[in-house]
Amino acid sequence: MTHPTSLDVERIRKDFPVLSRELPGGRPLIYLDSGNSSQKPTPVVETVREHLAMHYSNVGRAMHALGAESTEAYESARDKVAAFIGAPSRDEVIFTKNASEALNLVAHAFGPHLWGSSGEGTDPRFALGPGDEIVISEMEHHSNIVPWQLLVQRTGATLKWFGVTDEGRLDLSTLDELVTERTKIVSIAHQSNVLGTVNPVADVLRRAREVGALVMLDASQSVPHHPVDVAGLGVDFVAFTGHKMLGPSGIGVLWGRGELLEAMPPFLGGGEMIEAVWMDHSTYAPIPHKFEAGTPPIVEAIGLGAAVDYLQGIGMDAVEAHERELTAYALEALREVPTLRLIGPETLDRRGATLSFTLEGIHPHDVGQILDDSFGIAVRVGHHCARPLHLRFGIPATTRASFYLYNTTGEIDALVRGLHHVQKVFA
Amino acid sequence: MIGESMYQELILEHYKHPQGRGLREPYDAEVHHVNPTCGDEITLRVKVGDAGRIEDVSYDGQGCSISQAAASVLHELTAGSTVEETLSVVDEFTRLMQGRGQVEADEEILGDAVAFAGVAKFPARVKCALLSWMAYKDAVVRSAS
Repeated sequence: MTHPTSLDVERIRKDFPVLSRELPGGRPLIYLDSGNSSQKPTPVVETVREHLAMHYSNVGRAMHALGAESTEAYESARDKVAAFIGAPSRDEVIFTKNASEALNLVAHAFGPHLWGSSGEGTDPRFALGPGDEIVISEMEHHSNIVPWQLLVQRTGATLKWFGVTDEGRLDLSTLDELVTERTKIVSIAHQSNVLGTVNPVADVLRRAREVGALVMLDASQSVPHHPVDVAGLGVDFVAFTGHKMLGPSGIGVLWGRGELLEAMPPFLGGGEMIEAVWMDHSTYAPIPHKFEAGTPPIVEAIGLGAAVDYLQGIGMDAVEAHERELTAYALEALREVPTLRLIGPETLDRRGATLSFTLEGIHPHDVGQILDDSFGIAVRVGHHCARPLHLRFGIPATTRASFYLYNTTGEIDALVRGLHHVQKVFA
Repeated sequence: MIGESMYQELILEHYKHPQGRGLREPYDAEVHHVNPTCGDEITLRVKVGDAGRIEDVSYDGQGCSISQAAASVLHELTAGSTVEETLSVVDEFTRLMQGRGQVEADEEILGDAVAFAGVAKFPARVKCALLSWMAYKDAVVRSAS
């Protein structure tokens, strides 16, 4: 399939009804908060509505026409996601509630478990106890920090982290001291949700392989915005979420290498994840169902499948190129705002379309409030679930503009005008 | 321009020129309050004099214009009043802030603090306005014990 090299943003905007709505007071909507959650195109809304209205039933167990239709739609969403990320096998795609659950699922695989139908215990790659180490980074979202903190509290292992440079890059100068034979897993963001930095996965992976550690990527901010090929990346686990990539909330994805997923203990127990149950023990379903206990988010998964279709119809190369243009434009435009301090890389080199900044003497909550109330500009303000990163830069909060395929340079102009106005209010 | 009704001139004035800012001695009680959702924080000290009159409310902190201006207004309103009087202002202010914009403010009791009435319509910002006032209430209780 060939993709166009550039996308028709005006045509795309017509697929997102919300973008043409008016906010109270006659304000237009200028949505610059897709890094938080994206808007949904009509095909996704229609697919979800159509499924709920005409095809809905439970999946995997109902022996009737609707059950078959629902199961078919749910499983075909898995096929679509698998193809979208280049997964070698569809069975390696686990549907979760969100990226946080995917990260927690992997964290829970580690420890001194006594599991397995023949009681063989923990696979050595997941055996974790005092003396073992986990490595994350200072730029992580809380969902890639707290699950590992909880894990070390359960097991007595040690949590270590990469620092972040002043430019907003992963500090790899300590890579060899940080990632050692004691390291069991390295889990880092593919792209920072605050800095926009795209991390050098290959460098980290090379060191991890030298010492026999696993590598997980929090790809919540990369899969929606770039062509991502999990097999090409060569890592072991990738987590991302549907609502940031035009799909519904309540559906996330864990991709993992099949033989690792098979070696891991189940996460949540319940219906559908079993093979057979006795009163004293159970055996488990093969992957992916081993990790999908209970009735899954059915229409949410199907909606994600529709979102993947939509993105593929446009082409991820075109999405990436469009966001790159917007980022170049915004980096230039924001330079003209007095006292604006960008937190993150100031060039296009290895960065995505997320720009966080501070304005001297004006708190981000005031910035966000005035942008919204006066101009209908939606940005995110606060620490963006990355408090340690903000502590690293000595600031309590930032204002963050994040772009997607439906944003325009005109909207960036509006942001700049809005920021000038904010400065006037507080002058 | 809905939002600018929240940023009343009086609030901006207090934000730009905070009254009584800075921690001072002597004091009877010191408290530190944080708004975990936005990271705003305040350290506040209370000195109660003879006959239960507030001699000084001193504070230091960081945060948005609403939280910082609210602390400045609090400082002004409490000076020279009795503890009992100030607590009734705190109660009225709390009632106004938690009224989702449906509560008519009593200007007699609130004085300058009535400028915050617009904040009540923004649930996410109510905690900003209340941060220093809740800290004050806490400090007064501690100073009595």
